[in-house]
Amino acid sequence: MKISPHWLRDFVDLPVDYARLADELTLAGIAVESVSGEGNNTVFEMDITTNRPDAMNHYGVAREASALYDLPLKPIAPKLPPSEGKSDVTIDIQEPGLCPRFTAREIRGATIRPSPANIASRLQLIDQRPISNAVDATNYVLWESGKPTHVFDLDLLEGRRLIIRKAQAGETLKTLDGVERKLSADDLVVADAKKPVGLAGVMGGFDTMITERTKNILIESAWWDPVTVRRMSKRHGLHTDASHRFERGADFESTVVSTNRVAELILNSGGGTLIGNVIDVIARQLDLAPVELDLREVQRILGEKLSTLEISRTLTRLGFTMLPGSEDTYLVHIPSWRLDIEREIDIIEELARLHGYDKFANTLPAYIGEVRDLPDAHKDERLRSSLLALGYNEAISLTFISKADARRFSTAAELDLANPLSDEASVMRTSMVPSMLNMLAYNLNRGTDNVRLFESGNVFEASGTDAMPRELKRISIGATGSVDADVVRGLVSGAAARPFSFFDLKGDAETLLAPFSHWTLYYDAQLHNEKPDSKKSADYYHPGRYARAVLDGTTVAQFGQIHPDVATARKLRQDVFVAEIYLDQLYQHDLREARYEALPRFPAVERDFSFLFNDGVEFEKIHQSVSGLAIAELRSFVPVEIFRGEKVGAGKYSILMRARLQSSERTLRDDEVAQWSGQIAQALEGLGGAQRA
Amino acid sequence: MSYTVPKLADFSAAALDSAVRELVSALEQESAAVSSENDWKAFRDRWIARKNGILTQLNDLWLKAAPGPNKRDVGQRVNALKPRVEQAVDATLARIQSGVSSGKLAAERVDITLPGIRRPLGAEHPVIKTMNEMIGVFRNLGYSVEEGPEIETDFYNFEALNFPPNHPARDTQDTLFIAGQESKPLRDRLLLRTHTSPVQIRTMQKMKPPVRVVCPGKVHRNDALDATHSPIFHQIEGLAVDTSITFCDLKGTLDHAMKAMFGSSVKTRFYPSFFPFTEPSADVQISCIFCDGKGMRDGAPCRNCKASGWIELLGCGMVDPNVYGFVDYDPTKVSGFAFGMGVERIAILKYGVDDIQLFFQGDVRFLEQFG
Ligand SMILES: [Zn+2]
Repeated sequence: MKISPHWLRDFVDLPVDYARLADELTLAGIAVESVSGEGNNTVFEMDITTNRPDAMNHYGVAREASALYDLPLKPIAPKLPPSEGKSDVTIDIQEPGLCPRFTAREIRGATIRPSPANIASRLQLIDQRPISNAVDATNYVLWESGKPTHVFDLDLLEGRRLIIRKAQAGETLKTLDGVERKLSADDLVVADAKKPVGLAGVMGGFDTMITERTKNILIESAWWDPVTVRRMSKRHGLHTDASHRFERGADFESTVVSTNRVAELILNSGGGTLIGNVIDVIARQLDLAPVELDLREVQRILGEKLSTLEISRTLTRLGFTMLPGSEDTYLVHIPSWRLDIEREIDIIEELARLHGYDKFANTLPAYIGEVRDLPDAHKDERLRSSLLALGYNEAISLTFISKADARRFSTAAELDLANPLSDEASVMRTSMVPSMLNMLAYNLNRGTDNVRLFESGNVFEASGTDAMPRELKRISIGATGSVDADVVRGLVSGAAARPFSFFDLKGDAETLLAPFSHWTLYYDAQLHNEKPDSKKSADYYHPGRYARAVLDGTTVAQFGQIHPDVATARKLRQDVFVAEIYLDQLYQHDLREARYEALPRFPAVERDFSFLFNDGVEFEKIHQSVSGLAIAELRSFVPVEIFRGEKVGAGKYSILMRARLQSSERTLRDDEVAQWSGQIAQALEGLGGAQRA
Repeated sequence: MSYTVPKLADFSAAALDSAVRELVSALEQESAAVSSENDWKAFRDRWIARKNGILTQLNDLWLKAAPGPNKRDVGQRVNALKPRVEQAVDATLARIQSGVSSGKLAAERVDITLPGIRRPLGAEHPVIKTMNEMIGVFRNLGYSVEEGPEIETDFYNFEALNFPPNHPARDTQDTLFIAGQESKPLRDRLLLRTHTSPVQIRTMQKMKPPVRVVCPGKVHRNDALDATHSPIFHQIEGLAVDTSITFCDLKGTLDHAMKAMFGSSVKTRFYPSFFPFTEPSADVQISCIFCDGKGMRDGAPCRNCKASGWIELLGCGMVDPNVYGFVDYDPTKVSGFAFGMGVERIAILKYGVDDIQLFFQGDVRFLEQFG
């Protein structure tokens, strides 16, 4: 919205230059976003908040300036010639709730021609296109005083009457923009004896508009129910300068003066005769209730005492009247254009903004209450710092995914958006995986082939009809490329990059899960089902390179290489690895508390076991069978080296394992170590293992 | 390494003296030349290997070849040489193992200008990093952290925040709605929260004053992703309600927080604005951190503040009494303020990021800049 400060001088004698005016209006809440042009052609681009329709015009801004500088505001007082005869136009308000007031005035014998230069140039300066003197008169009044008005070609109205009524189903109206609109019983219209001629408060009708041939004019200025106008404007997708103001609340008392001002402008430029008096139908009086203002309350909210003089001066300049009540209270009458003022706090805001926010002192409130963290803050921080230390970059992706992805990567019931941005972003994410894959692909497509990412966020699942949707906290991890990617090959013995593998990811998962206290933690390859009864599973993982982590019987994570078919479908041209951590499950567990344990005083003994196994024998099985021996002194039993290949033959693998035996009470004897080693070897043989020399 | 054990023709004492001298001299020279363990092994084998070592050769070439009368003399000399050679071999090893050999160290030299073996750290996301810094500032002022759902009801996102149904202020929120809600009453319909203000309502519902909370989180708007718009962004809102909180306290708190965040020389400027849930409402500007509020930088108008010297940063206000009605607080007894700011906006300012999309693409080239 544009304002010409030169135009403001019609109403107030500005004591400052336009740059300073712009600044000071802004600091009083009438925001001037930018200033352009020079001298009389200076233009302010305004950003008036939605609660201040009264300031969306020159007179309203001038009123603010008059309060700001404590200067008188000149009234808008149209000078009209004496009228002749009596108008026989009748107004019939059938919807007094939605149209409490309708004002009209008849002019006969006017000439439609271009507006005079002073009117046209003012409109042009604020980006309004001059059309004709009659139409421009309504537009000028809109920008002068903020009151939308309308002019009809009276000869095109049938029955010389206007009826304010609900539209009937099946009726249509061609609006001024040339669009034929289907009306419904929810629409409020201005109609003549036969047909709708205007969409109330939104736009007039095409067939009754002013043309070059128009001679006789009917001026309309009404007050429309804001909610009704807003609904019609939305329903018809028709946001106009008129609807913008009516839906925020127009000035009930301005219908007559605006009608007369339009009449004055038409008569001045197009001649003609005013017929009869103004026709002013008030179906229902709209009074703004006075507000009680307690000066102590002003101080309680603002923190500083304002003088009674300042308060009364400010309110008076803004059009309020202040009547003394008991003690420190006053009764404040609200001007008809301030529909936003209903309560004491509304008045206090007026006082604060015109006092100047920056004049209030800066103080800090005392506080002796507690300071709480979020319950999981420490767990979040632990995981996040570990992920960063492991080399994963923190990422954020959009919260929406496509319906296809929601179905592909989750079995949860997804939530659709009613007004999605696109098909690719039409549902709330039920899995973090699709967006992680998208981010990996984004990097690969830009020549970054070594990528480590993690994202922490919520997935969303529909629950019962009345319950709130479930928001479940997750971390997703994505990795592709090499380990030690930048190491100079041969720099030291064995230095070389190697492809990121399942075991790199598993190691990271182990690192992340380790701090959480638990009795048992194991990894298996059972495809994780979101719902145990569902056939669908995490089949977007490579079936042979997938694992889930089960902590105290609960699945807390799953991870693995993405299935090559899925990778191909998403144009991922190298192996990618993804992990999902279910924080809602994991956070059931506390972080392990550090506890001191005495360091061993007796030496440990290590024994190596080299065995050949069939491929089907998993290490977990080997480990279980050795732990099953319940040798108290066995501190660890770990694989040291794995070998597959021609030397060991197809379907077999050779494995070197190391047992570490130690007692906290004594040095172990050779014979007992030999005995335990024998037991271990026997257990391994029991699994079909063959000891190698 | 020219020394070879000579065959002797003359076994006279003088000739033997000379031969022994020659051998000892060769031994010393060769010992001195040893500079590595490999050298030393070769040196050792050459002199004392059982098979064909120099000591062994002495037996064959000198002792066995000596005529009867000289055998005793030659034998004594060879026997005396044996410990001497062995000692020289041991001493040589001790010397090279003592690490003083500059030759050995030189041989172990690496090119320290080659790059080290790095284990890269991950980078914090600039938005999360900024958000955590802001939380830290308010924590130090006594604020607790609260969170709430990202999918909210109309009640929490609008109604309880004094956005009545059909109010034009709702238009400014560009809301994304969950489908299939038509059968529910308006206040129960689900939408993606457009601000973290609902958390303020949920907090006040569950606790009585005094309240000091900050509510960080993700919010959504119906804006397609481009350089300056995003359908998701992050907000931090704060709320303080107590028996005597004033507008001056709001100003002081935010002035302090902005100084803590952007440096103690930063100034704040408050001017009136409109939010349905606060009254009086204010927008807050800070003096431009790029041109120190001068509007000019390096002789040219400052681009960051459009030469105004001020940067708009947050919205705030005194909690509207209507809001207290929804949470059962008595507006005649308590008062409070609320404020909110966009985290992306602050991160953009801090880091000079020129395209908001970069925050949400997971581009490693971008993220690594914040490591
Ligand atoms: Zn600047």
